[in-house]
Amino acid sequence: MIELAYLSLAIGLIFQTFGVVALHRFPDVYTRLHGATKCTTFGSIFIYLAVIIIGAIQFFEGNTQGMQLSLHTLLVMLLLLLTNPTGAHAIARAAYRSGIKPALAVVDKLKGVRI
Amino acid sequence: MSFKITVVFSFLFYLALSAGSGNLGLWSGEELVFALLFAVISAALVSRIFNAVGLKPNKSFLSPKRWVLLIAYVAGPLFVEMAKANLDVAYRVLTGKIKPGIVKIPSGLKTNFGTTLLANSITLTPGTLTVDVDDKKNLYVHWIYVKKKEPDCGDICSNFPDWIRRIAE
Repeated sequence: MIELAYLSLAIGLIFQTFGVVALHRFPDVYTRLHGATKCTTFGSIFIYLAVIIIGAIQFFEGNTQGMQLSLHTLLVMLLLLLTNPTGAHAIARAAYRSGIKPALAVVDKLKGVRI
Repeated sequence: MSFKITVVFSFLFYLALSAGSGNLGLWSGEELVFALLFAVISAALVSRIFNAVGLKPNKSFLSPKRWVLLIAYVAGPLFVEMAKANLDVAYRVLTGKIKPGIVKIPSGLKTNFGTTLLANSITLTPGTLTVDVDDKKNLYVHWIYVKKKEPDCGDICSNFPDWIRRIAE
């Protein structure tokens, strides 16, 4: 059971690393946000999953604190799923409105639209 | 109405946060009293803010069917698409193959909640990031590898609108 926790911890860390590399390699704010939102959300979910599994193991070994740990982490996971895309959307929208053009863009339908 | 709903939700939230604290079920007696007290206080403050902003509770969201559908949606199709999205971004990070652009897609949804849910789902799925939304609920999406310059919803958001129509409308 504890091996499952280690496995999801490893998967989470790998995706977090991809997110960091994306921040370095991509040319502008929009493409960097792709790495920053998707990879960190997915990576964090797997890290939380590891914490939930460890909490459940502690609970079944007779430690009631374990369930508290699992429940709190589950709540944090749901709130992250809700807030992370919203934050990315806010940053992208603010960037576009302050005049940053998407780099290397082949098409820009938002150009000239009054919103 | 909004007062009662907020009391119930903040009570449940406090219970979730303090589970395992005692031997009255899962909670201790003081925690239950405090949960009720804080629920009433926070609901009194929050419902006043809701009224001032003009938000009205939507009764159709109280039906448990929608909640079950929402959980099934997040755990099923959304999670699968998120896994694909991550492998896709990982591939683009390692090879550097990008062809970005901003495209416009009609969402075809009526409610604000549905549009929000769709925009957030699009942000979490392969190579797309919602940048803006206009009055007619068209979404402007930054696409990291543009395949079509005039896409419709099926090219970007797979079968999400069908799920969201059942959850939010």
